[in-house]
Amino acid sequence: MQRNKIQWTNIAFQLGAVALALGFTTLVLLLADAPPLEAYKNLIIGSFGSTKKFSDVLVAWAPLMLATTGLLVTFTAGLWNIGIEGQITLGAIFTTGVLRALQDTSAAPTLILILAILSGMIGGALWAALVGALKTFGGVNEIFGGLGMNFVATALTLWLIFGPWKRPGIGSMSGTEPFPEALWLPQIAGLRLSIWSVVITIAALICIYILLKGTYFGLRLKAVGRNMRSSFILGIPTWQYMMASFLLCGALAGLAGAIQVTAVYHRLIPSISSGYGFLGLLVAMLVNYQALWTLPVALFFAALNIGSIQLPIVLKLDSSLSGVLQGALVLSVIIMEGVRQRFLKAARERS
Amino acid sequence: MNVELIGICKTFGPVKANDNIHLRIPSGTIQGILGENGAGKSTLMKVLSGFIQADQGVILLDGKEVRIHSPADAIHYGVGMLHQDPLDFPPMKVIENFIAGSPGKIVPNSKEVIARFYELQQQFDFALDPQAHVDRLTVGERQQLEILRLLWLGAQVLILDEPTTGISSLQKIKLFETLRKLAAQGKTIIFVSHKLEDVEQLCHRVAVLRRGQLVGEATPPYQMDDLVQMMFGKVVSFGGRESYKPGEIALELKGVSIEDYRMRIGPVNLQARKREVIGLAGMEGSGQLLFLRACAGLIRPTAGRMVVNGKDLTGKSYHAFLKNGVVYMPASRMEEGLVPGCSLMEHFVLARDQAGFFVDWDGAKKTARDQIAAYNIHGRPDSTVESLSGGNQQRALLALMRTPASLILMEHPTRGLDIESTLYIWSLLKGRCSDQDSAILFISSDLDEILQYSDRILVFFAGRVSPALDAASISVDQLGQLIGGRGWDAF
Repeated sequence: MQRNKIQWTNIAFQLGAVALALGFTTLVLLLADAPPLEAYKNLIIGSFGSTKKFSDVLVAWAPLMLATTGLLVTFTAGLWNIGIEGQITLGAIFTTGVLRALQDTSAAPTLILILAILSGMIGGALWAALVGALKTFGGVNEIFGGLGMNFVATALTLWLIFGPWKRPGIGSMSGTEPFPEALWLPQIAGLRLSIWSVVITIAALICIYILLKGTYFGLRLKAVGRNMRSSFILGIPTWQYMMASFLLCGALAGLAGAIQVTAVYHRLIPSISSGYGFLGLLVAMLVNYQALWTLPVALFFAALNIGSIQLPIVLKLDSSLSGVLQGALVLSVIIMEGVRQRFLKAARERS
Repeated sequence: MNVELIGICKTFGPVKANDNIHLRIPSGTIQGILGENGAGKSTLMKVLSGFIQADQGVILLDGKEVRIHSPADAIHYGVGMLHQDPLDFPPMKVIENFIAGSPGKIVPNSKEVIARFYELQQQFDFALDPQAHVDRLTVGERQQLEILRLLWLGAQVLILDEPTTGISSLQKIKLFETLRKLAAQGKTIIFVSHKLEDVEQLCHRVAVLRRGQLVGEATPPYQMDDLVQMMFGKVVSFGGRESYKPGEIALELKGVSIEDYRMRIGPVNLQARKREVIGLAGMEGSGQLLFLRACAGLIRPTAGRMVVNGKDLTGKSYHAFLKNGVVYMPASRMEEGLVPGCSLMEHFVLARDQAGFFVDWDGAKKTARDQIAAYNIHGRPDSTVESLSGGNQQRALLALMRTPASLILMEHPTRGLDIESTLYIWSLLKGRCSDQDSAILFISSDLDEILQYSDRILVFFAGRVSPALDAASISVDQLGQLIGGRGWDAF
């Protein structure tokens, strides 16, 4: 009875959070002199209105989901891997590098693709390892280390695009020379979506879910994240576990970068990470780090991103409206969680 | 300033930390407050200095009733407290620290303040450099800074909590001189300590607390035996002591020294044998914690060799000690022992060696059930550890200790537990000691517990370590005097 009541209160608070976010976004729309209902309708049509549009949502969902999955690992270890943006970028750079090196050889395209994606994972893991090493051996908080490495990654991308890897003639913001279609992850006819990116993403989610829930590694990682000192006293080699979580997250971020190159842009572009790393942080916070919930929420966030694309055309609204809604949602969920805790505490004190 | 405490009561949960305490301290007096750990000294001083509020009772300053709500309030009334660990800001300069606590102006007039600082420090012959950084100062100098600061803020009553711990003997002489000078100026000094010698040298009168009550007052010349008797009370023995058959050496220390910023311990020589229990007695902060942590490999000794089960582990990591059968049980259960958010079952998996890649959760549940029954823990396998009561957390910690262990090191194994839990935990420990050939070293501030369960006792005082004393033949008085820092010349 009591338990039931608490569950209903929780659901009420979660619904309240969504209402709060919608209310805030509506207010922003009204201030911008735009019709809110029309805007929401366009968001929905723009993301789920046709097979093509929904497939575009999945194109955005795959890398976002991979980044979020990686972040589940670092969050479990109690780490804020802000450097994930840079890790995605490095994954894309490594993948592009291998594709460029091997595209003119006689190796089979499938083999080249596999090698390129694997080296993307290694690239991401290396970039994350640097952040981990800075934290473990240099005492640099992973938030600052990660932020710094993000800037370095962006600079590296630009240098490559305008320097060694520039298009014949002159370098441009549109990126490096596109790869031949043989080196693309195979796409579904008529759509931009590659079924492989969806398969890889779901496989990664399942692996990480099992790793966190069913293995000694996952349990120890959780212990390290909850209380490092106790974990150490219990005999867990704490810094090695933190390092391993950085490597895993970096590899998944690198995989996201590799997907961006092989399945979406087919070349290296300046903002290759598309902000999916930061968006992944929001998703992970929103679902309170529960692996299974990331799937629908990441889908929802991807849908907002894609749905907002047609806002400028139809309503003369900037597409950043999706960002407003995403940010407002995370903030209101966190606020409501704080309110809920106080509410429960007050309820306990009354009884 | 005359200080009068009337009927002060303060309870924390079931514990009466202060039980109807009446104390009058006239202006110009140096009042000593004696008592063992947990006697209620700190609570009483915190009430007077505004850190906590009493449940009942009245504070009179110069005959006027005052309500002190915060430390800032206290200093406003003229009551200042000097804490055992200086509450200053180490990365800042001396003069910045001096100014930081002062009320009022947004932009302080440094020149004026520095002049005043020199003037004050001259009075007491201190030699602090106002531009020096606080983290370069010794504990004694930081104490001097704190005294100056409180006086500058207008303190008429100065409370000092264990001020002679961690300062040099010269600084101690200077401190005592200063306190006498201040008393002669009519200030009231309250000197909280467990060091009988210091109290004897300095205090005009002494009040002794035990278990929250004021059990006696004394004036010079002090009868030391009476003070010890008052501090520790009559120690009751729980029936006959079992004889033990010591086995091989589990831990051998050869000339081990340990250091931290406030004390130097050792060199210590010790052989702890299997099936033996060694109690580490002493007031909190006398070095026993550093010593125990060094035995676990958590702190590296600065000199000497440590041999565990015949294997030299000097300088090795804590995890190497753990692999060689040393288990450590910290006192702060939720900070260093258990992982909040993890269930009992998860803890049992964490504390045991890995078997394969995947966790066998069904097997883990069964293990957890068995352990919960064996250690009489009130909880389910899926209960999170933070939902358990203190006694159950402590039993869970015991259940988590790896087996077999040749050396068990424990901080306060039964602190905060009721008598039933205490007896139960010690029966488990004694069982492990004899069945599994473990040696036990434990810290306790409870003399009853030390005398009841130890075979041998090490006494710690300000970093000094006594030889291992036979628990069967030492008297309570003797132990109390050693803990208070007297009678060390015999060693």
